[in-house]
Amino acid sequence: MMAELRRGERRTGQVREAIREELERDAEEDAQEPDVRRVKPPIIEMQGVYLSFDRPILEDVSLVAEEGETIVIVGESGTGKSTSLKLILRLLVPEKGRVLIDGEDITHLSFEDALKVRQKMGMVFQGAALFDSLTVFENVAYPLREHTDMGEEAIVQRVREKLEFVDLDPDDVMEKLPSELSGGMRKRVGIARGMANDPEIMLYDEPTSGLDPLTTGTITRLIMKLQRELQVTSIVVSHDIRSVFKMATKVALLHDQRIVFFGTPEDMAAAEDPYIRDFLGGL
Amino acid sequence: MSELILRLNARAKSSVLSIQEYFTLAWNAVRFIFARPFYTQDVIQQMDEIGVKSLGIVLLTGLFTGMVLALQSSVQLQTFGATMYIGRLVAGSMIRELGPVLAGLMVAGRVGSGIAAQLGSMKVTEQIDALNTLGTDPIKKLATPRLVAALVMLPVLTIINDMVGIIGGNIIASLMLGLPTGLYWRTVWEQIISGGFLFGFIPNDFVQGLLKPFVFGAIIAITACYFGLRTTGGTEGVGLSTTKTVVTSSILILVSDYFLTQLLLSVLVMP
Repeated sequence: MMAELRRGERRTGQVREAIREELERDAEEDAQEPDVRRVKPPIIEMQGVYLSFDRPILEDVSLVAEEGETIVIVGESGTGKSTSLKLILRLLVPEKGRVLIDGEDITHLSFEDALKVRQKMGMVFQGAALFDSLTVFENVAYPLREHTDMGEEAIVQRVREKLEFVDLDPDDVMEKLPSELSGGMRKRVGIARGMANDPEIMLYDEPTSGLDPLTTGTITRLIMKLQRELQVTSIVVSHDIRSVFKMATKVALLHDQRIVFFGTPEDMAAAEDPYIRDFLGGL
Repeated sequence: MSELILRLNARAKSSVLSIQEYFTLAWNAVRFIFARPFYTQDVIQQMDEIGVKSLGIVLLTGLFTGMVLALQSSVQLQTFGATMYIGRLVAGSMIRELGPVLAGLMVAGRVGSGIAAQLGSMKVTEQIDALNTLGTDPIKKLATPRLVAALVMLPVLTIINDMVGIIGGNIIASLMLGLPTGLYWRTVWEQIISGGFLFGFIPNDFVQGLLKPFVFGAIIAITACYFGLRTTGGTEGVGLSTTKTVVTSSILILVSDYFLTQLLLSVLVMP
């Protein structure tokens, strides 16, 4: 019995020694290698972007979004807020400057490669842009059927999960057509479709426009829940200043084709700049 | 004066750009036929939309065209006492020209406008952008299935149109002119074989009659997708795209019919 105990003690000592050596080796390796987290590029970066159609839309626009941040882009109508989202999605290509996703310059990608990059992103459109010939289930299942090898059962399960996440009853809405839903429900289905294949980035184009204050609150809470629970990086174009202050980690204010303020909501609220004060007062 | 020149220059550039975009769309739609993923379900759905649902309009058009053709030609043929050749006239006109062209024009009106309106609505409600953001090429998903369906269904509709037209001619020939049905169909067959054969066994009339709807099908699908996917300006824009689709594809069908006929007559060896 005593011999067995001694043998056990010896073995425990050996294990302890092995762990200590392993930890020391790890510490040495860490000291030699640079910190990966520190050199990881921003998840979204716009560098000196210039775009014009008949007139300049964006001039020298730069913006950085780190992983897990929620950046809200605000500004008057027609200042290029939605255009910024289209540039990030590479639906538009800037005439000057670059757009980087995960450190990869997407400006000169081929159309096919751009489609692949877009799979990292989910987009919620102003009018939800649900496919009106497909049911709610088919809409949310669309990216899964298109880009994954998931079986039908797994797809149904995932669609149910996502609909529940956006506070919709799957049994009630799955077989409905978008035309049978209210505006707020359509927006929520749009969010469920956008997040169906768990993208790293979510983009929202005026997600609360045209909604009543209660539904606006629900959508804002959903966006915050998405960031909190899934650590998704979000870019939101919004007019609703109350929501902006609730959900933004940083705010970008567009004016005269340029970003005139980029910082935290607190800094924005404290800013002395007359235009920013006017803007906040006017909303 | 210089402003006029500048305007003309801008107009010319815009026209050339439009033609380039039209052919780029056509090329991509054709290219994607052979690239994965294959949207088989969409192709079948479009075949139903373009083919099966156009059947009624094509049957009516074919029947009455054949009947009126027999009626009109009977007046002329009676002058020469040659009413027995009415089957030849109806079959020749239907198979070579009227069958393909009328089926093409009917489908351009019914299906072309429908495709343009559907894609136009999708464009103005950002559904096309949504497809793009979901990593799907809208041309592959929307234009290619419609092109394939039109390429397959237009020749099928044309064959039905030809058949019904010839039957319509038969009805008039036997009811109004008292021509025996057997004689009518014998003259129809004489017409088919009189045009000569490709490779010794495919009647030239069939080659002409089936090559044309193939081209017309491509014209209808590409034109409708082109105008649909370029729609701007809300519901008014959708209406405009629909009109442009019907007008442009009808004109292209008639113009290409002339050139195709010229080409086929010079290529196919007629006896």
